[in-house]
Amino acid sequence: MGRRSRLHIPQAPARPGDRPDFSYLETSPAGAVARPNIDATCQEIEPISAALIRVLGDDDSAVGPWNPQLGPEDLRTGLRHMLMTRIFDERMLRMQRQGKISFYLKSTGEEAVSVAQAMALRPSDMLFPSYRNQGLFFARGCNPVELMCQCLSNTGDMCKGRQLPVLYHWKEGNIFTIAGNLAIQAPNAVGWAMAAAIKDEDNIAATWLGDGSTAEADFHNALLFASVYQAPVVINVTNNQWAISTFQAFAGGDRGPFSTRGLGLGVPGLRVDGNDFLAVHGVTQWAAERARTGAGPTLVELVTYRASAHSTSDDPSRYRPDSEWDDWPLGDPIERLKKHLLALGEWSERQHHALQSELEENFKTAWQEALGFGTLTQGPQLSPDSMFDDVFKEMPPHLAKQRQLLRKTES
Amino acid sequence: MNMVQALNSAMDNMLERDPNVVLMGQDIGYFGGVFRCTQGLQGKYGEHRVLDTPIAEGGMVGTAIGMAVNGLRPVVEIQFADYIYPAIDQIVSQLARLRHRSAGSFWAPVTIRAPCGGGIRGGQTHSQSPESLFTHICGIKVVMPSNPYDAKGLLISAIEDDDPVLFLEPKRLYNGPFDGDPDKPAVGWGEHPHGEVPEDHYGLPLGIAKTVTQGDAVTILTYGTMVHVCVAAARALGVSADIIDVCTMAPLDTDTIAKSVQRTGRCVIAHEATRFSGFGAELAATVQEECFWHLNAPIQRVAGWDTPYPHAFEWSYFPGQNRVIAALKVALES
Ligand SMILES: Cc1ncc(C[n+]2csc(CCOP(=O)(O)OP(=O)(O)O)c2C)c(N)n1
Ligand SMILES: [Mg+2]
Repeated sequence: MGRRSRLHIPQAPARPGDRPDFSYLETSPAGAVARPNIDATCQEIEPISAALIRVLGDDDSAVGPWNPQLGPEDLRTGLRHMLMTRIFDERMLRMQRQGKISFYLKSTGEEAVSVAQAMALRPSDMLFPSYRNQGLFFARGCNPVELMCQCLSNTGDMCKGRQLPVLYHWKEGNIFTIAGNLAIQAPNAVGWAMAAAIKDEDNIAATWLGDGSTAEADFHNALLFASVYQAPVVINVTNNQWAISTFQAFAGGDRGPFSTRGLGLGVPGLRVDGNDFLAVHGVTQWAAERARTGAGPTLVELVTYRASAHSTSDDPSRYRPDSEWDDWPLGDPIERLKKHLLALGEWSERQHHALQSELEENFKTAWQEALGFGTLTQGPQLSPDSMFDDVFKEMPPHLAKQRQLLRKTES
Repeated sequence: MNMVQALNSAMDNMLERDPNVVLMGQDIGYFGGVFRCTQGLQGKYGEHRVLDTPIAEGGMVGTAIGMAVNGLRPVVEIQFADYIYPAIDQIVSQLARLRHRSAGSFWAPVTIRAPCGGGIRGGQTHSQSPESLFTHICGIKVVMPSNPYDAKGLLISAIEDDDPVLFLEPKRLYNGPFDGDPDKPAVGWGEHPHGEVPEDHYGLPLGIAKTVTQGDAVTILTYGTMVHVCVAAARALGVSADIIDVCTMAPLDTDTIAKSVQRTGRCVIAHEATRFSGFGAELAATVQEECFWHLNAPIQRVAGWDTPYPHAFEWSYFPGQNRVIAALKVALES
C-alpha cells in the first residue's frame, strides 16, 4: 500500500494528570549567544535567530555580550516595577473574586517582558500593547489609581466605563488603547513607526502580541509592511506557551521559533529568555537602537510562561498540569533579578520585604482612593448619557435623540 | 437541556450520522470550548473530526470552505461573534458567492457558529450582535435561536443545509431564559417548555418564523434574547401581543410576519443590535410593503443604541422591558 497524507495534530506536552514536560524547550547557557552589530544584515543575524539569548546565569551573575550593563539603581527600579505589577495583579484578582470588578487578567510570570522593555525604550516611543502588558504602565510611571479606576469603570475611568477591565490606554504616557481583538494593534504600530520616518522623527514604535495571536493575518501584515518600508518598529511576541487552552504548537511553535517568522521577509529575529530581566533589556535596547538608527525592524520572541489562568473566566486545571509553573525551566523573573541584586550585594532580604510591604501599603491606599470614584454599583456613578459621547467628534442628531430617549426611559 | 447541551447534542448527532461532518475552532477540542458547547466531542470522535485551530478566523473559514468543496461539512466555531471580522472576506467574497459565480458547480456547506449578544458584562468585544452585516450578504443564511429546543433543531438543519449558514447563539440564553431584568435571580431552562430537548436527531426548517404568544392587539417581531424580554414586557403591560420569533433572518419568513401584522394592524420590532441599518430596518420595510393598508400606527423599533456596547452601562444600553413597553404604548395609542 502506498503512503498517504495524514493530518498532523499538534499535541500539548502535558495535560492534567501528566507530569509537566518542558523537554521541547531549547535553551542555551547564559552569555552563549553572539551579539551582532546594530546594523547587521538579516542574513548575518539569521544564525542566532533561533538561539535563546540569556544574560543571568545559574550562579545569578550577569554574563555575555547582551548584558545591558545597568547600574544597581536601574536594577532596583526594574525589580520594583516588576513587583508592583505582580502585587497589583494579585490585588485586582482578589477584587474580582470579591465582586468589586467584573473581570481581570493577570500577567504573573511575565513581568520582565513589559518592565524591562519599557525601560529599554524612550518615553517618547509609542507602545501598542496587548492585554497582558500591565508592567508597561508601571514602568512608565502611570499612577495605579488610574488603572484601578479603569478596572472599576468608575467616574475616574480613563475609558469612561466603555471598556472591559485591563483594556487601558494612557495618552500622556504614549501607550495606545488596548483592543480585545487579538493582533489588531500590530499593523497600527508599524504605521505609527512609518509616520515617524515620514516626519523625520527618531521615535520608534513597539508592539506586543501573544504566541497564539501570531496566527492572525494582522501579525503577518505587520511583518510585511515593516519589512517593505523598513519601518522603525519592534514587534514583540510574548510566547507564554499557552493561548487559553491551546498550546503554542497550534500557532506553529513546534515548526520553529516565533523569532524566525520574519526571516523570509528579511525581518531579523531574536529569541530571548523572557524571564531574564537583563537579557530582555539588552535585546530590546539592541532592537530599539537598530530601529532608531534606520537599520530597520526587529521581531523579538520573549520566551516565558503564563503562570496564572488566562483570565478570571478561565480554569487552567482543565487543560494543563497544575504544577507546570513550578517546573518551568526559566524560573520566575522577579526571583531571578532579586537574586542577582543580592549576589551583587546591592539588595537584601530585609529591603525586599520592606519594598513588598511598601507596595502593598501603597496599593491599599490607592485602592481606597480609587473607590472614592465609585464602583460599578456603589458611590459616584458616571452618567449613562456619556455613552453617546465620542462615537463621533460631534454628536449627530440621531444620537442626541437616542440620548433623550434614554433619559426618558431611565427617569 | 440548557442551550449549551442542546447545541452539543446537535453536533453529537451530526458527527455520529454523517462522517463528513467536522468541527473546527479555537479551544473546542481538548478543552471543549470556552462555553463548553463541544465538551466531550473530541474524546468521542477523535482529533481528526474535532479540530482545535490556530487563532485565525480568516484561516478557519477559508480552510473550511476548501474542506466543504472537497465533500466535508465543516462546522466552524468563532469564539465570539465579535471576532468574526478577520474572516469577513472569506465569508463575503467566497463562502456566500461560490454557488452563484460558478453557476452551481461549486458550493460550500459550511456552518459558522458564533455566540452573540450582551448581558454578560463582556464590554464591546464580547457583546455584539452583528447579524445585519451578514443578512446584507447574498448567499448566506442567517439564523438565531431563542431556546434550547429550537437551537438543536435549527443547528441540525443548518449543518444539513447545502448552503452556508451563519448560526448566531445568544450567549445570555445559554444557561437560561432572560427577561431583561439583571436583578432577578437567574433561572435555568429546566422549568421552560423549550428546555425539553430530545436526545435524538431532529431538524427544524430554516426560513420559518415561530409564533411565541398569540394575540390580537399588536405584533412584536423579534429574535434571540429579546424574545424573552418582549414576552415579559407584553405580560407586564397586559397587552395581547402576537409575538413572532423570526428565527431565521435570511431568508425571511415574510408570510408569517405579514399575516400577523395584517391582523393586528400594529407592529413593534425589537432587537439587541444597534438600530441604524439594523435588521429591524429590513423588517420594517417588509411590513410596510406587505401591510401598509392594514397599519393603524407607525411601526416602532426598539434596539440597542447606536454606540459600541459599553461595559459600565450595559443595562442602560440593553433594550430592556421599559423600552419595549414604551414602544408598545406608542404603537397601541396612536
Ligand atoms: C480576533 C480574536 N479571536 C479570538 C479571540 C478570543 N481570545 C482571547 S485571548 C485568546 C488567546 C490568546 O492567546 P495568546 O495570543 O497566546 O495571548 P495570551 O493570552 O497567552 O497572552 C483568544 C483565543 C480574540 N480576543 N480575538
Ligand atoms: Mg500565549
